[in-house]
Amino acid sequence: MKIGIPRAFLYYRYKELWETFFRELGIEFILSPETQNDLVRAGSMHAIDEACLSSKIYLGHVAWLLDKCDYLLIPRISRYGAGTVCSKYQAIYDVVANTFRKRRARLLCCNIEPRTADGEMAAFIRLSKALGRKNAESILAYLAAKQAQKKAQREELEQQERLLSRNGMKILVVAHRYNVCDKFIGEPILNRLREMGALPIIADIAPKKEAVARASSLSETLPWALSKELVGSVAIYRRHVDGIILLSAFPCGPDSLVNEMLTRKIKDKPVLTLIMDGHRGMAGIETRLESFLDIIRFQEARDYGCV
Amino acid sequence: MAVCKVSLPHLGNYHIPLSVLFTLGFDIEYIVPPPISSKTLEIGSRHSPEFVCAPFKYTLGNFIEAIEAGADTLVQVAGSCRLDYYGELQELILADLGYKVNFINLAGMKKLDPLSVYLRLKQFNPQASLGRIARVLPLAVRMVECMDKVEDYIRKNVGFAADQDLFEKTHREFLRDLRNVRSRRDLDILYRDYKKRFQDIEVQSPPNPLRVGIVGEYYTIMEPFSNHFIEKELAAKGIVVDRWLNVTNTLLHAPKEIKEKVKPYTSYAMGATSMATISRALRMAKMGYDGIIHVKSFGCTPEVDAMPVLQNISRDYQIPILFLSFDTHTEKTGFITRLEAFYDMIVMKKRKRKREYLPGFV
Repeated sequence: MKIGIPRAFLYYRYKELWETFFRELGIEFILSPETQNDLVRAGSMHAIDEACLSSKIYLGHVAWLLDKCDYLLIPRISRYGAGTVCSKYQAIYDVVANTFRKRRARLLCCNIEPRTADGEMAAFIRLSKALGRKNAESILAYLAAKQAQKKAQREELEQQERLLSRNGMKILVVAHRYNVCDKFIGEPILNRLREMGALPIIADIAPKKEAVARASSLSETLPWALSKELVGSVAIYRRHVDGIILLSAFPCGPDSLVNEMLTRKIKDKPVLTLIMDGHRGMAGIETRLESFLDIIRFQEARDYGCV
Repeated sequence: MAVCKVSLPHLGNYHIPLSVLFTLGFDIEYIVPPPISSKTLEIGSRHSPEFVCAPFKYTLGNFIEAIEAGADTLVQVAGSCRLDYYGELQELILADLGYKVNFINLAGMKKLDPLSVYLRLKQFNPQASLGRIARVLPLAVRMVECMDKVEDYIRKNVGFAADQDLFEKTHREFLRDLRNVRSRRDLDILYRDYKKRFQDIEVQSPPNPLRVGIVGEYYTIMEPFSNHFIEKELAAKGIVVDRWLNVTNTLLHAPKEIKEKVKPYTSYAMGATSMATISRALRMAKMGYDGIIHVKSFGCTPEVDAMPVLQNISRDYQIPILFLSFDTHTEKTGFITRLEAFYDMIVMKKRKRKREYLPGFV
């Protein structure tokens, strides 16, 4: 038995959890490759044309995996403790089921409905029950996976601390993790920033509890849990960076409002809004990044009285 | 004496019960904002984020128009999609534009029940009495129900009236008289009178008319300007228009099935209005409607996610579905062309089906 995990969307959030969980249970799994052009093209072909780029990419990954595995792991989240989620997370399982109905895909749902504190564990137990595993076995596997996830998060945060203590121009990249970590959406931008001599700081790597708590300092009624984490990390990191880039995929629902709120409320740092829409040309983006960095450099030179 | 002037953005004709609720119940003056027009949209989109959904732009534009008409207290509602964050951002935008108004954001309240709404409103009118609100609230609710029933009757019959203008005229008069209703007794008499007047209008319904259902996103369906008056266009072609979605069926008496999964198409609830869309579309398909029109604003995530399901329903029940996405364009031509093509298609399909059943019939 082989389980296919699409390397997109909530994968980046549950990476260690899923991988360790299946490894502990001795279940084989296969990951789709990093996002490339043909995956995006395949995804756009299957998706509704108005859907967001991230979900198109997700369908591309699903299409790639379809005949390479026995089961496809599709996550579904109805809400988080800290708030609601974009309805895309609620719907993605049924979107995949309906889009690939003809191909008779066998789907495995990791359905997280955290009405209680152990919502996540319950989801994982249900998941392995569907695969014919015993509860005791899957609880142990889940606990091990949770440990692995915590360890990875700790390491990530330590690395972030090291990055922040380095000298040089630091740019906070505010984006959902599945966008900023994606080879097609986020990585070209991170690489360009590095080439231009800036240090990108990923906003999604932050102490989550603190971030959620501090989100209310910028926005009181923000409903979405994942946006809360991002907004809170802006509150945490804004003092340590020289500029902020708001990166989103077209036409992301929550971002369409949250980015506007952030650009209106952040007055002390230059803010650049970048929207990625699946076009491959990077020239326009490069020009905007260049002039953004130039503005920051000029501003800092002026602050030190050099201009 | 009224202490402040409150206003809510338009949604269809629901400003009438709202105005009764505020003026009679809370003793607060209610400013009816100017009707939604291309000017509303222009003002709204000028100050809105670029790829937010159209209802944000309409409501923001309507807020600004209401302020210019004299309102000083604005109310924004909450919802289960992006609507939940409209209020805070619109408050911020209005403040940045320099408007000094009280903004009541229902999304900001921890609990959304009538009592906490009342307590919030009491800050604006300390004299408001709970007893009076308790008397007026059922009246407003009943008004909404009556309005929805009347509009439902119009949608299903206006296409076959000998004099279509008479329907519109009577509807206008009904709404005009509804404004003056002050008690449940008034309302019942008025509703009975107009029900009779509507039923007296001559309707020549063919034995087997074309039936089209409208499903989709809350605002765009219910605010006729934002959907280019699609119901009127369809009625003019002689079609029975069925639109289940209205305030009565969702906010007042929501059936269970619009919150749950729809077997066998979905395994889970997909969020916001998508389950209402899917369950109604499925019912219309089963009832043998001639077509379904899916109406939404551009980029509405829950409705976009419902589309793959609708496509499967369309395949399984051989029912044509037209997907329409409305944004800030006010140009009508493209919309009319698509509607005409859809109409031609369902007419041809119906004739073909008749011929299959009745050989020799053309």
